[in-house]
Amino acid sequence: MHELAVTEKILDIAIKHAKMNRVNKIRSITLKIGEMSDIENQWIQHYFDYLSKNTVAEGAVLKIEKTPIVLRCNQCRREIEIAKDKLGDTACPDCSSQKDFSIVSGREYFIKEMEAE
Amino acid sequence: MDAIKLIEVKEDILADNDAAARDLRKKLKVQKTLMINLMASPGAGKTSLLLQTTAALKKDYRMAVIEADIDSTVDAEKIAKTGIESIQLRTGGFCHLDVAMVTKGLEAIDTPSMDLIFIENVGNLVCPAEFDTGAEKDIMILSVPEGDDKPLKYPLMFSKCHALLVNKTDLIPFTDFNMALLHERVKKLNPGIRIFEVSCKTGEGIEAWTDWMKQVIDDFVKN
Repeated sequence: MHELAVTEKILDIAIKHAKMNRVNKIRSITLKIGEMSDIENQWIQHYFDYLSKNTVAEGAVLKIEKTPIVLRCNQCRREIEIAKDKLGDTACPDCSSQKDFSIVSGREYFIKEMEAE
Repeated sequence: MDAIKLIEVKEDILADNDAAARDLRKKLKVQKTLMINLMASPGAGKTSLLLQTTAALKKDYRMAVIEADIDSTVDAEKIAKTGIESIQLRTGGFCHLDVAMVTKGLEAIDTPSMDLIFIENVGNLVCPAEFDTGAEKDIMILSVPEGDDKPLKYPLMFSKCHALLVNKTDLIPFTDFNMALLHERVKKLNPGIRIFEVSCKTGEGIEAWTDWMKQVIDDFVKN
């Protein structure tokens, strides 16, 4: 639902890097977005197409790589990957602690790279 | 056609907001103004809770409320009637507050003279969870009619908050809401969270919450 705000930032950062690298056209932008976020890929692309008109990023394809949710057990330090719909239902496979986890990854909003010419 | 060049960007999309949030938090800490970000879905009782809370605390603390709404001023008007300074931010369609918007609200009040500032975020359990507002504490309300399964559907929100208020406990007899199961689900996502069961309608449980708030303010000022 907050795709618009995120998309504006993606465009700003992409244009900045296009200038720094003296390229004229951005072909694609690869994003790494944590599985825990509720971003809808389709909407990001729609907003991006709209916002990027008449910029070097017009027509660029957004490629989204989802990064998994990884939790660390604060009892035994074991790290476990977990599906979003299993988040409230976690037990550590090693020490069977159920309530004491920190989030290691899964919340990121990151621009990894872009292709340009 | 020119060759395609791969450019390594490696930049965090929310980095600007996160950095601004850290700066704002530091600034408010120096001023000894505690800012609380209150989040919930529409109708969970954000404004009702603020009315109860400010009534209980106004004797001892100077307070202001920043109300965020997509496009109305009804909440700010309700708060202003009680004599508490309130600022309405119209987000103009935006589904959450970010630091830039909060800063605008803070500029409209005499922030350094305040002990406590509440932000009433946009009614939504999804987007506000992703954006740091610069507040010292994130608090959320879940109301009984919404159901005990909400931690399963909105895990990010439940995992980032310092306290959860379960509001409308007076309605429990009319629902199949399972309070023990809710506690269990929330604690699995966030073992350190404080949970308060309240009814803004009857006032039940409000004192435990406001006592905790006083403790939080005292700790914030001392440390």
